[in-house]
Amino acid sequence: MIEPTDNNPQRSELVLNMGPHHPSTHGVLRFVVYTDGEIMRRAQPDIGYLHRGIEKIAENKTYPGYMPFTDRINYLEAMFCNQAYAIAIEKILGITPPERAEFLRVIACELNRIASHQVTLGCIAMDLGAFTPFVYLLREREKINDMMEALCGNRLTHNYMRIGGVSADLDDTWLGNLEGFLDHFELILEEFTSLIVYNEILVKRLADVAVICAADAVGYGLVGPNLRASGVNWDCRRDLGYSVYPQLEFDVPLGRGERGTVGDCFERFVVRVEEMKQSCRILRQCLRKLPDGEIQAKVPKMIKAPKAEVYSCVEGARGELGVYVVADGTTKPYRVKWRTGSFSAMSIVEAISRGLMIADLVAVIATLDVIAPETDR
Amino acid sequence: MSPIIEPGPEGGFAIGKIDQLLNLARKNSLWYLLFGTACCAIELMQTGGPRTDADRLGMVFRATPRQSDVLILAGTITYKMSSRIRMLYEQMAEPKYVIAMGSCANTGGLFQESYSVVSGGDLFLPVDVYIPGCPPRPEALLEGLMLIQQKLEREPWLKKAWSGTPNQSDPWLKPRG
Amino acid sequence: MNPDQLHKRLQEGLGIEIEWSEGPVDPFYLIPSDFWVKAGLFVRDATDLSFEFLRSLCGVDYPDEKSILVVAHLFSYQHKMPLVLKTKIDRDQPKIESLASVWPAACWHERETYDLLGVVFTGNPDLRRILLPEDWVGHPLRKDYQPPNQYHGIPTTRPVVDCDGEQL
Repeated sequence: MIEPTDNNPQRSELVLNMGPHHPSTHGVLRFVVYTDGEIMRRAQPDIGYLHRGIEKIAENKTYPGYMPFTDRINYLEAMFCNQAYAIAIEKILGITPPERAEFLRVIACELNRIASHQVTLGCIAMDLGAFTPFVYLLREREKINDMMEALCGNRLTHNYMRIGGVSADLDDTWLGNLEGFLDHFELILEEFTSLIVYNEILVKRLADVAVICAADAVGYGLVGPNLRASGVNWDCRRDLGYSVYPQLEFDVPLGRGERGTVGDCFERFVVRVEEMKQSCRILRQCLRKLPDGEIQAKVPKMIKAPKAEVYSCVEGARGELGVYVVADGTTKPYRVKWRTGSFSAMSIVEAISRGLMIADLVAVIATLDVIAPETDR
Repeated sequence: MSPIIEPGPEGGFAIGKIDQLLNLARKNSLWYLLFGTACCAIELMQTGGPRTDADRLGMVFRATPRQSDVLILAGTITYKMSSRIRMLYEQMAEPKYVIAMGSCANTGGLFQESYSVVSGGDLFLPVDVYIPGCPPRPEALLEGLMLIQQKLEREPWLKKAWSGTPNQSDPWLKPRG
Repeated sequence: MNPDQLHKRLQEGLGIEIEWSEGPVDPFYLIPSDFWVKAGLFVRDATDLSFEFLRSLCGVDYPDEKSILVVAHLFSYQHKMPLVLKTKIDRDQPKIESLASVWPAACWHERETYDLLGVVFTGNPDLRRILLPEDWVGHPLRKDYQPPNQYHGIPTTRPVVDCDGEQL
């Protein structure tokens, strides 16, 4: 639909529809782009194409029975969703999982973080035209899928955690496989870095594009790597200290503005590469520190949570993943609300897209790491 | 019946039905639409990935429905999305096939009771193959695609294409207006 | 700051009596709906509070009490403190002022609450449905919501058949 804004044919606004089926929207997201040809005036996001009503479903399921649904809130980082929900219910019931279970949770979560970033970074490269890094990272992701399948039976949407612990234990063979994977993956990360991370075309397409300053990032509620790339030094694992993260040593990568400005797309890209390296470091420490013991605490068969409310959050691959549970004394939750990083990241797209080119919109969506199920729940 | 091959001094003859030759070409070049809504889309990506390579069977993904033969409904279908999927299906050229991949596309799956989820892709599209799983393994998806290939082999495509009429028995293809 | 000190600070800053609950688990503060935006501005701007991060804004439906509680979860990066503010509004005419002028993040959270619960946020720059289709009828997260029988010709329930295709 071309609307001439005045009689001058050179100045007219074009309304383009991008999505919901489009190869570079990550899942089913739609943008209505108001452009004058190439430079956008506005990119209005339209979400809800994957709204499955997971929050309403919680009101009809028992507390343990809701765990598989939490996987599907963000299938790429299913373990974090599981953990956030498990921590919330454990806080209400006053249960502490045994230490071995906590370490197993951290191992599963950090592996999931690596797997999620592999897809994200692969998709960023693919959206900008480089197909090879995506396929390389998918190949590595298959190894993580194999390990998780040996652990809990499913390649994706693992449903590994339970209220009070985890569902399955691992043995020395699995730990040996993990160590072999880490040795191999750190070499692959170096290869990936030399292949694409500082590639001139990628840097030119991502540096200085869509700069989000720290105040905007906090005001719009950005979390995770998006927030850290804008210079805000916050990581729930280090600063809130849940689970066994206080016992582990790791760095939190921040945006430094090495090729552009702090808060541009390139920083969001590089922060995720660094996070994968730190996850490998955490996994190696867990391998050494894993204690013996039980994998699940004593939990009543029929969980009847007392009247309470809790908000618990974990640091997922896309930032702070929080869940607000209202319990009313019965076996089913009264209200469950999920706070996801992609929802906030989508809300900032309209504000930062002014003046960008359409091709930059693709870079922005890819580097903000927006995926549809987290946005729509 | 398989083609009769007669080797001869300068090459030879192969005698068979034209349909066999056409279907051989068609089944080894099934292009699927790169479409996925939820978790099954990741397994779809992995199927096209390095380990379970769908490309060796001639299946590449296409971004536009105009160039694809197979629509793989990978993931949960919501009411908001259903009209768009219908639009994608109608843009595909005949002959086209639909695979419902995963529990959500088969019957609504885990989210059957939800207010905004369509209980299965076959409520608004004609589905040829249902693949169970949550999500199905890449090998299962490959088996589903091979079932489409087997269905293809049995089709009297020449007769249909010659007579020029679309598939009249398709109940969902109603005229507009 | 512990919850008691926070309570005193809030009362001091807004100049009114505030009901609060210590838990269990998370304490929350019930703000009267007329003071909603004033409370938001106060907790964001006061230097010893500086709750600049709006984590989430949602609504909880209580049909027995004929009210909807709007719950805002806030967090301060500087002081590492969480805060839960609630306000009670009438269920039949749910209306409250928008916090979009205080935290830009509130805009989309309020759109979602409007979509799923029907709460009207006056002053929200873009109040329309966000997750459900534009022509959807009803607000699903309400406790008395009845889903429709069909949507644009697609039935909402699936016919149950046995192995021979006979309808059960």
